[in-house]
Amino acid sequence: MKSVLPILTVLAAIVVIWYGAAVGLNSKWTYDQAARAGQEVSFSQLLRDTMTQERPVLPAPHQVAKGLWEGVAGQKITSKRSLVYHGGVTFSATMAGFVLGAVAGILLAVGIVHNRAMDMSVMPWAIASQTIPILAIAPMVIVVLASLGIKGLLPKAIIAAYLSFFPILVGMVKGLRAPDGMQLDLLRTYNASGSETFWKLRLPSSMPYFFASLKVGIAAALVGTIVAELPAGATQGLGARLLSGSYYGQTIQIWAALFAAAVLAAVLVIAVGAVEKVVLRKMGMAR
Amino acid sequence: MPVIEAKDLNLTFQTNDGPVHALKDVNLAIEKGEFVSFIGPSGCGKTTFLRCIAALETPTGGSLTVNGMSPDDARRARSYGYVFQAAGLYPWRTIAGNIKLPLEIMGYSRAEMDQRVEKVLDLVDLGGFGKKFPWQLSGGMQQRASIARALAFDAEILLMDEPFGALDEIVRDKLNEELLKLWKRTGKTIGFVTHSIPEAVYLSTKIVVMSPRPGRITDIIDSTLPRDERPLEIRDSAEFLAIAHRVREGLRAGHAYDE
Repeated sequence: MKSVLPILTVLAAIVVIWYGAAVGLNSKWTYDQAARAGQEVSFSQLLRDTMTQERPVLPAPHQVAKGLWEGVAGQKITSKRSLVYHGGVTFSATMAGFVLGAVAGILLAVGIVHNRAMDMSVMPWAIASQTIPILAIAPMVIVVLASLGIKGLLPKAIIAAYLSFFPILVGMVKGLRAPDGMQLDLLRTYNASGSETFWKLRLPSSMPYFFASLKVGIAAALVGTIVAELPAGATQGLGARLLSGSYYGQTIQIWAALFAAAVLAAVLVIAVGAVEKVVLRKMGMAR
Repeated sequence: MPVIEAKDLNLTFQTNDGPVHALKDVNLAIEKGEFVSFIGPSGCGKTTFLRCIAALETPTGGSLTVNGMSPDDARRARSYGYVFQAAGLYPWRTIAGNIKLPLEIMGYSRAEMDQRVEKVLDLVDLGGFGKKFPWQLSGGMQQRASIARALAFDAEILLMDEPFGALDEIVRDKLNEELLKLWKRTGKTIGFVTHSIPEAVYLSTKIVVMSPRPGRITDIIDSTLPRDERPLEIRDSAEFLAIAHRVREGLRAGHAYDE
């Protein structure tokens, strides 16, 4: 219970600031409307109005909560307005991209650790790949793949993988190199082969690094998927929901989709953390 | 024929600050069943020499044979067990799992592994601790487990690089006593690197005194202490003190040369 109180305090502070900001930012529209009608606005009227606008600059927390609630529970989950439906679309592409990215990251890391040529050549390219803004690349990937007749989940997954392989690559290279000289010497005295060294020493040593990088990687995969859903008029997914919201000035819809994405990210990271706990406990590395 | 024989052994490391002569003209023969200590200050090449025997370093001159083979062939034939300064147990394996590590690599059957684990755990007085994880054991017990790991396969040579260096003196005394018992029971040839004069004199049948820059042997002392019976109290005897004195003189001579 002790840990709940500080969290609630911070949350309450955020809500208070948010309400204040909503009043401030939305008041301009209220004043404009009143001026056009030649009316005066009292403070209580102002408060009421800024909380209930249909297209506020900044929706008040309860409006976002209502939008979120309606999106999640207010419709059938097969409805085009359901956040569960859109969330599900985004989730499946995120997972596909995450798995692709993880496999690519791990394979590249194994190559880098075992092959000198790859050690010298792969990392600069991997770093360069991350300096290119994903927003610039995503539309091109979508367009190119669409012209090849590939649509739907795969292009999004590829962009998600493009973002998520990097932290996993970096984490795994560090993890596979975690064993010190003494531990490698010990295996040398047993005349152990390279693959025995990998399976018995390097891979188990890398597990804590592996899970840390997976957490970063899965969040990156979600970002990549949402970015991939923005261009080319996608109609499904949280990214599409964000985009259509901004087309029509539906700020409440945008904020509801944003929060849905944040909740999804939290759930994904927590899920990876749970797997980590189980695996490390099974390995005897969690105390 | 000696188990380990070095003739005019030289090793020079090429570093950024120029060549470092780590071993210079080392001549030494170790017979089967001997307990040989290497003692000297840091940089005298005692650990380097042990690593040469284990084929973890490659000499740049002279000859070195282990069991009549080149060190690298001896390594491939798994002729020795090596105990490092730190226990280096895998945290994700139990004590028994750690001892099985070399056995798995060497392809022993499951039944044989279990039987050997049982045997070596008893040898180092850790019977019943097989299912524990390393972090559940004290530093001294971890180091005993690492010795058990080196004993699990049938290497006739045991190379130990300051295995008790990180332990306090009380634990060290006890482990020294146990190591002597173990040596007597198994009849292995032991090469033992240490910083401690009493430890070297108490354990060894032969003490090799080394000095730095360049790393070389300054004295080889054959111990006159009884081989079979060495209670801890022997360290107060005149004979023990005489040997310790000679070791100290050897160390000092090495330093005088330097200054």
